[in-house]
Amino acid sequence: MSIIIDPSACTGCGLCREVCPGNLLCADENGRAAIRRPADCWNCAACLKACAQTAIALYLPPEIGGNGASLRVSREGDLLHWLFSLPDGRRRVITVDRRNANHY
Amino acid sequence: MRSISLEADILIIGGGAAGCYAALCAARRSGARVLLAEKANIERSGCLAAGVNAVNAYIGQGHTPEDYVEYARRDAEGIVREDLLLTMAERLNGVALALEALGLTILKDEQGRYASRGWRNIKINGENIKPLLAAAVRAEPAVKVVNHVNVVSYLADNGRILGAVGFGADEAAQYVLRAPAVICATGGAAGLYRPNSPGFARQAMWYPPFNTGAGYAMGILAGAEMTALEMRFVALRCKDVIAPTGALAQGAGARQINKLGQVYEKRYGLSTSQRVYGTLRENLEGRGPCRLRAENLGPEQIEDLYRAYLNMAPAQTLKWVEESAGAGAALEAEIEAAGPYIVGGHTASGYWVDTQRRTTLRGLFAAGDVAGGCPQKYVSGAMAEAAIAAEAAWDYARANPPPARAAALDAQAQALHDEAEGYLSRADALIDADQIEAAMQKTMDEYAGGLTARYSYNEAQLDKADGRISELTALSARLGAEDMYGLMKIHELRERLVVCRSLIAHLKARRETRWPGFGVHLDYPEKSENWLRHVNSRLEHGQIRIIFRDLAAKEARYEHHH
Ligand SMILES: Cc1cc2nc3c(=O)[nH]c(=O)nc-3n(C[C@H](O)[C@H](O)[C@H](O)COP(=O)(O)OP(=O)(O)OC[C@H]3O[C@@H](n4cnc5c(N)ncnc54)[C@H](O)[C@@H]3O)c2cc1C
Ligand code: SF4
Ligand code: SF4
Repeated sequence: MSIIIDPSACTGCGLCREVCPGNLLCADENGRAAIRRPADCWNCAACLKACAQTAIALYLPPEIGGNGASLRVSREGDLLHWLFSLPDGRRRVITVDRRNANHY
Repeated sequence: MRSISLEADILIIGGGAAGCYAALCAARRSGARVLLAEKANIERSGCLAAGVNAVNAYIGQGHTPEDYVEYARRDAEGIVREDLLLTMAERLNGVALALEALGLTILKDEQGRYASRGWRNIKINGENIKPLLAAAVRAEPAVKVVNHVNVVSYLADNGRILGAVGFGADEAAQYVLRAPAVICATGGAAGLYRPNSPGFARQAMWYPPFNTGAGYAMGILAGAEMTALEMRFVALRCKDVIAPTGALAQGAGARQINKLGQVYEKRYGLSTSQRVYGTLRENLEGRGPCRLRAENLGPEQIEDLYRAYLNMAPAQTLKWVEESAGAGAALEAEIEAAGPYIVGGHTASGYWVDTQRRTTLRGLFAAGDVAGGCPQKYVSGAMAEAAIAAEAAWDYARANPPPARAAALDAQAQALHDEAEGYLSRADALIDADQIEAAMQKTMDEYAGGLTARYSYNEAQLDKADGRISELTALSARLGAEDMYGLMKIHELRERLVVCRSLIAHLKARRETRWPGFGVHLDYPEKSENWLRHVNSRLEHGQIRIIFRDLAAKEARYEHHH
């Protein structure tokens, strides 16, 4: 599984590097976030949630069924807006409110 | 490389569910100075990184802790320590209250009681459970947290554990950590076996690939007694992404069905291991693919299931959205077996501890997935154990001040430093850690009952596995690292190899098949009453000695006899 970082959106704040449970993220020569080895990612989305710039997207490699869709998330207080981008250009947002328990 | 020395009354290794809660409980004991060393950052490390679905261990209305003991005992086919299960179960509901006090959202019914899913399970929003725990730990002035420190070895003097040594995951530093009492809470071990998708998606696994079994390995090498490593956990998970199934199965009432649409789960039994076994059999007998299918759902309910997965395994929701699943009134996921993992919070593998969670090494305590004998802990049970261990560790630290002389510890720290510098000086070695890791995973897969061997093995194969793991261990001593991250990868590989060796010895020692979904010993494919006992082990003079122990009497306290 893996993530991809948009270098034009990254400000180099370093928050994603701090939270990755596998210490997978580092800074490139320009101070922007980079993943050491993309194949080592666990897809936990911790870095996505840490990034205030929504610069990180998670995707499924074809080996586990991926066909090019990706997922990002932006935070607004207790709300997490999950943004799905599909390969045909469609988008979809699902919002989760942390104050609500799971129904399932 | 710099050397940084830190001291405290209690050292906690690993800041996950158990480690963070142990730190909170210890800090509340007046006067205790606590040091918490974590290889990543406690904000989002370990099993809880992505969030959890529910609090899976809880004693619901009309039930007792004894009921929980009975449930776990049956699920594990009897190989449990009832003293550990009971002392854990008695604290589960207190842990739920503590989590709510930290800010966790827990669903309540009209009477203000926690809304349960079945009698052992409460509904929460678990996405931020780890940040909440971490914030509470950071707010405790008595706790010092060192993040991004990968602990690799204990420091011991005369058989007593007095600290540990770690290395920066990125920072060029050695950390020498000392305390009269040490709690190990490093979680279990993933990545010993070839993963379900060995290519680019190799880390698509249920258990965190960053929990590499460090605590088991450090204990084994220091001579601690370990238990039930052969009780591996093979998980039934949503295929490919390897996401948990609980929200679909227990939450939305999905059933396990085969290609013919038959609900097959009842044919094999409903214990954790039987559910896995049934799915393996259905596939082998030509009735796959197997799926979990929830029916009669409205669009809002499907969206709620999507949300539940976003709160713990967002990749599964991405998969569903990408597949346009859930367009009708049903939602399903293909299921497959994943693992084996070694995880003492689901099965019973880990340190052999007494009722107070003392290991067999003086000064060392264990809690959570690294501690054995007490399956079905889940997040709340790991925290309950942490509270018990923290109390015992603090009592021990007060009664047993560290010895004044430290020459032995200094020498151990120096040796680890020199070994690390050795790895860092061989950056251009021919063979790298990745290659040896792949070889280890292939060996375990083929000869020690991995996925491609359908979790089956025999003695001759285990002997082959043992031989190859020894060779790979020798090879790994000559690895080279370019930087501190590379050094961490070498340490992780070496601890996995240590765990593999003990695991193979345990698989060989239990000459029966007790949990067919978790493994079949082809030379002894039946369950036998003679094997209603614990299989333990200890490394003595470089050899693994197997120790058989009888199941203890119900509810008795268990003490080590040194
Ligand atoms: C994907 C997933 C979903 C789960 N969902 C649920 C659920 O819905 N409900 C539920 O009740 N339970 C759930 N569980 C189980 C629960 O998360 C675990 O039982 C619990 O987290 C175990 O706690 P622990 O502290 O032993 O391990 P962890 O929480 O994993 O903590 C171990 C910590 O040790 C650190 N560490 C490891 N090695 C070293 C080292 N060498 N040096 C320093 N630090 C180190 C790790 O980085 C980590 O922070 C889930 C588990 C997983 C994997
Ligand atoms: S998704 Fe998780 S494992 Fe992957 S890079 Fe981000 S934080 Fe690390
Ligand atoms: S959190 Fe976002 S902005 Fe900050 S370094 Fe990471 S990718 Fe860049």
